[in-house]
Amino acid sequence: MIDRLPQFRLRGLVFLAIVVFSVPLFISNPFHYGLATQIALIAGAVVGLNLLVGFAGQISLGHAGFFGLGAYFSAIMTSTYGWSAIPALVVGAIAVAIVAWVVGRPILRLKGHYLSMATLAVGFIIAIILNNERETTGGPDGMPVPPFDVFGWELSPFGQYSLFGLDISGDLAWYLFAGIVLLVAVWLAQNLIDSPIGRALRSVHGSEVAASVVGVNTAKYKSLVFVISAVYASVMGALYGHFQGFITPSVASFDFSILLITMVVLGGMGSTIGVIIGAVVLELLPQVLADFQEMEMVLFGLILMLTMIFMPKGLLPTAASFLAKRRSKSAGGDA
Amino acid sequence: MTALVEVNNLSKAFGGVHAVEDVSFSVDAGQVYSVIGPNGAGKTTLFNLITGLYVPTGGEVKLNGESIAKLEPNQLAERGMCRTFQQMQICMNMTAIENVMLGRHLTLKSSLLTTLFRLPALTRGEKAAREKSAELMAFVGCGEYLDTEASAMSYGALKRLEIARALAAEPKVVLLDEPAAGLNAVETAALEDLIRKIAEQGITVMLVEHDMKLVMGISDRLLVLNYGRVLAEGTPEQIRENPDVIAAYLGG
Repeated sequence: MIDRLPQFRLRGLVFLAIVVFSVPLFISNPFHYGLATQIALIAGAVVGLNLLVGFAGQISLGHAGFFGLGAYFSAIMTSTYGWSAIPALVVGAIAVAIVAWVVGRPILRLKGHYLSMATLAVGFIIAIILNNERETTGGPDGMPVPPFDVFGWELSPFGQYSLFGLDISGDLAWYLFAGIVLLVAVWLAQNLIDSPIGRALRSVHGSEVAASVVGVNTAKYKSLVFVISAVYASVMGALYGHFQGFITPSVASFDFSILLITMVVLGGMGSTIGVIIGAVVLELLPQVLADFQEMEMVLFGLILMLTMIFMPKGLLPTAASFLAKRRSKSAGGDA
Repeated sequence: MTALVEVNNLSKAFGGVHAVEDVSFSVDAGQVYSVIGPNGAGKTTLFNLITGLYVPTGGEVKLNGESIAKLEPNQLAERGMCRTFQQMQICMNMTAIENVMLGRHLTLKSSLLTTLFRLPALTRGEKAAREKSAELMAFVGCGEYLDTEASAMSYGALKRLEIARALAAEPKVVLLDEPAAGLNAVETAALEDLIRKIAEQGITVMLVEHDMKLVMGISDRLLVLNYGRVLAEGTPEQIRENPDVIAAYLGG
């Protein structure tokens, strides 16, 4: 009774691992792999954003800014200065953490709409800098990014690799890499949530006053989760750049920030697996709706509206409570 | 022996309204000390001042001889002061036991790396915190709700849960703001027992309460407020016979 089963926490992770590794059984063409890789990397950033939004109850409408900073930092360091990808990614993440901490300290004193506006401004400022620093970022035209490399070994979507004697195309290799990164991201996030730090974060959402009277320094924890979610975005942004081979300031755009937050809300705030579903749905939907041509955006909007009206808690939490209800009904209501 | 909580000439004004004016009293360690008074007398404001939620306009509060007027609520928790609220503050996004484990926050110092990689030190700390929290939930009388979502619990159970969370922080002094509000006679009797048991453990209890029977029965000393000012202070017997108190409560 006292000990909760560890499986309870691992269930979502195992489910996700099965899905990630079974995807290659169903798809084979490079376009689909490319899409799946992109989804996995963006989902990783969304998992980080969910720590801030879903668990700590704060908001960031400028998170693409951190994604873009991470992407550009890695791009510039590896192409212009010839760094290897991993040190660029790590130093970039540290730099973004410092930026997020410096920015987060003052703006996280704000609440609600005011916090939204402040984070929105942060995102805009980063996007404007990336657009205007033509010398280093290439401006609105973007810049090429070298392939991801580990100790001189390059990972390119166009390469050809062999693993345990199996021939693996570059697309598949990238997909598997992104999938593993996503699984690690989810594992770390789940460890964080189910811990004293995670409880402190959730209490900031549940009742800031209650948190403070039992000794939680709420300002410190808000900054901490803001930094962690920014680091998630930065790392995923860096990998995204290497994968795409070319980035433009659109990775830091307002539209992309909104897309990230919509994925969190649609999938289910505070549900790590839910927000990944949100990312999958929002990335795949435009592909599916592409057949409808000029009606695409109308249908996209309509689907989002209807989901939010009928499933305000998000896709996964709604489905979970629906299943729980059915189960208790079929159990005969003897509870 | 110096007083555990000492309040000197404490005042708080909201614009022109003097919610608390020139209030002084002291609470010795181990006492049950109650603050009573008619609605709007400034009892909750006084608690909010003592626990650092409001900044006083004048005067000071001392905890163990140290002035605490400038400290944040979380710094007061570190010095052994914890409280509950008239408007319950429960984290509805957590389970019952997680709410109590939140109270263990200060005793569970774990680094970010230990947490992210879920190292054995973290698991050990969590297990101990969970056991201690389950014990406290049984102590306050809501032990059957361990993994129930807080949002699915009854009002009375949540009131007890909030006390368990305050106790989880291992306070020297715990302030209970109207713990009996909304409880029926049976629940109030159980609460009276609980407060006695808390006091027996050597924890100083400060109480804001309307239920006269409860207050008179368990308090060592009482403070009566009226319009933000001290009307009377003393033992229950002294208060019961004080003509000013009788006038304020019965009109006259």
